[in-house]
Amino acid sequence: MSILRKTLTTVALATGLIATGAHAEPMRIALVVKALGIGFFEAANKGAEEAAKELGDVEIIYTGPTDTTAEGQIEVINALIAQKVDAIAVSANDADALVPALKKAMDRGITVISWDSGVAPEGRQMHLNPSSSALIGNTIVKLAADHLPDGGDVAILSATTTSTNQNVWIEEAKKVLPNYPGINLVGVVYGDDLADKSYRETQGLLQTYPNLKAIIAPTSVGIVAAAQAVTDAGKIGQVNVTGLGLPSEMAGHVKSGASKSFAIWNPIDLGYSATMIAYHLAKGDAKAEPGAEIPMGRMGNVKLDDKNEGAMADPFTYDASNIDQFSSIF
Amino acid sequence: MTATSTSIRGREIPDRLVPGWKRALKSWETLLFVVAVAIFIANSLASPYFLDPWNLSDASFNFTEKAIIAFAMAMLIIAGEIDLSVAAIIALASTAMGMAMTAGAPVPVLVLIGLATGLICGAFNGFLVAGLGLPSIVVTIGTMSLFRGLAYIVLGDGAFTGYPDAFGWFGQGYVWWVFSFELVLFVVMAIVFGILLHATDFGRRVYVIGNNATAARFSGVRVDRIRFILFLLTGLMSGIAAICLTSRLGSTRPSIATGFELEVVTMVVLGGVNILGGSGSIPGVVIAALVMGLVTFGLGLLNVPGIVMSIIIGALLISVIALPRLWKMART
Repeated sequence: MSILRKTLTTVALATGLIATGAHAEPMRIALVVKALGIGFFEAANKGAEEAAKELGDVEIIYTGPTDTTAEGQIEVINALIAQKVDAIAVSANDADALVPALKKAMDRGITVISWDSGVAPEGRQMHLNPSSSALIGNTIVKLAADHLPDGGDVAILSATTTSTNQNVWIEEAKKVLPNYPGINLVGVVYGDDLADKSYRETQGLLQTYPNLKAIIAPTSVGIVAAAQAVTDAGKIGQVNVTGLGLPSEMAGHVKSGASKSFAIWNPIDLGYSATMIAYHLAKGDAKAEPGAEIPMGRMGNVKLDDKNEGAMADPFTYDASNIDQFSSIF
Repeated sequence: MTATSTSIRGREIPDRLVPGWKRALKSWETLLFVVAVAIFIANSLASPYFLDPWNLSDASFNFTEKAIIAFAMAMLIIAGEIDLSVAAIIALASTAMGMAMTAGAPVPVLVLIGLATGLICGAFNGFLVAGLGLPSIVVTIGTMSLFRGLAYIVLGDGAFTGYPDAFGWFGQGYVWWVFSFELVLFVVMAIVFGILLHATDFGRRVYVIGNNATAARFSGVRVDRIRFILFLLTGLMSGIAAICLTSRLGSTRPSIATGFELEVVTMVVLGGVNILGGSGSIPGVVIAALVMGLVTFGLGLLNVPGIVMSIIIGALLISVIALPRLWKMART
């Protein structure tokens, strides 16, 4: 081997190494959820991984606290800032408390978006709503009203009193109540997204309001607990449990009749879209500003309103006719 | 294993207090310190981001507020009492500051209100325990619901936001370089409580009460007054923690600081304080705070799920309580 050839090979090798070195660093997008071990967020992670596969050079960091506390989420965010991730997509436990930590992340050049449960505007670049709050508020009332042609008493079982998204939906639901004559909202109780507390709150509702016809639980934990409580009380057929839930967790209750129908957007699509948006913003080929349209891959584009918020899609209703098809997915 | 027990009301009283006790304490802190150093080294090797002054500074926020309360809690537990209402005091103090802020109070007034709320809550606990002679665990489980309940009544599902920028300094500001206000406060409080417990008459009396309150009373120690003061101190420290946490979050919700009481107690027990009272030290609690902070931050950098962190902290805690007992069993 001549010296020239040796030198050339070395140079070529070195160049190759530098090139691959620059290429091997994938974009790291952190998907921060309210708490780990919740089916809905596991499904969102599945969607994020789908997006990462489609984009190719993306690594997903799926993380979150053990309990649904803002303090726990701040610890997670601090660790992500320290790792210098490229983007953080967060579903917030508290719209305001996360702001200082997320501001710090943005100061250090990290793209920050919120999805599912939002952060106050100064703490993120944009927020992706799974659907529009007005549509969800209307849907949950309609789900109850559809099976109550003569009207009747309904109650709401929510998550925590501080859950941003549930509070907005309930507010919207109350706005459309006059459109459903005969539907009488008797109370709102909070199960804190804990199965046992939601179960007990439902038992309380059943005892307090003997004429209750439907329980609306706009939370995936609450709806299952409520359906179980209604089943255990032997009130299937008298009290219809509806709201927002996961097909896999609700399949049994739909078949038993405890729940005639419920709705949810597709969390896989939500995780997928949030990842796509975070990718385009971090890459710099899209900008988060009022009126902007940001591509979300197979989900089309999201259009931002004047508060830099956008809606992904309409909620989708699940009942006995389609539950089997979806319960195996999420 | 011996069938006979030499313990009085579940607590063992050593024959020779000073030399054996001192040596054991020394070795205990050394052991904990070695654990802390080992975790520090393991973290530095596991993640390239760990050894960065700013990252370590950020990480300190994970434990400073809880540690400040833990110092006062350590003295309370050494005296044979406990305060489980500390997180609820934070919620109530934060809510009180939020109300004052909404009414237009300036920053110094907000701070005073935070401190005063903490003191009042501590005085209430102290009155029920020292004045009426009720058991502290029952009293503070009650006030835990009471104080947080008041915060929920005021706020419901709402929040106080819009604290003045200057107020943000307590939880987000830096005294010098990477040393945040909270970190400096942590060091100052460690020194203050270290002196109070280990170098004053008051501190000695706390140990005496924890070892045998009846004997202390017969020896002329004003047991109830000291208990009352200790509850005032935990209340005051909770008020200070409330100022820091509210400032760091820039907002108040009634769910603020949920679960802090157990983390504070964990820190104290991990620091080698006997949960039955009578022994323990402030340096132990300081190291325990660092250990907990380093473990959560180090595992966070590796994106280890939070539940694994809880398992590790739980395992640390159980081994801490079990080790001295196992040693004793091995020796006899």
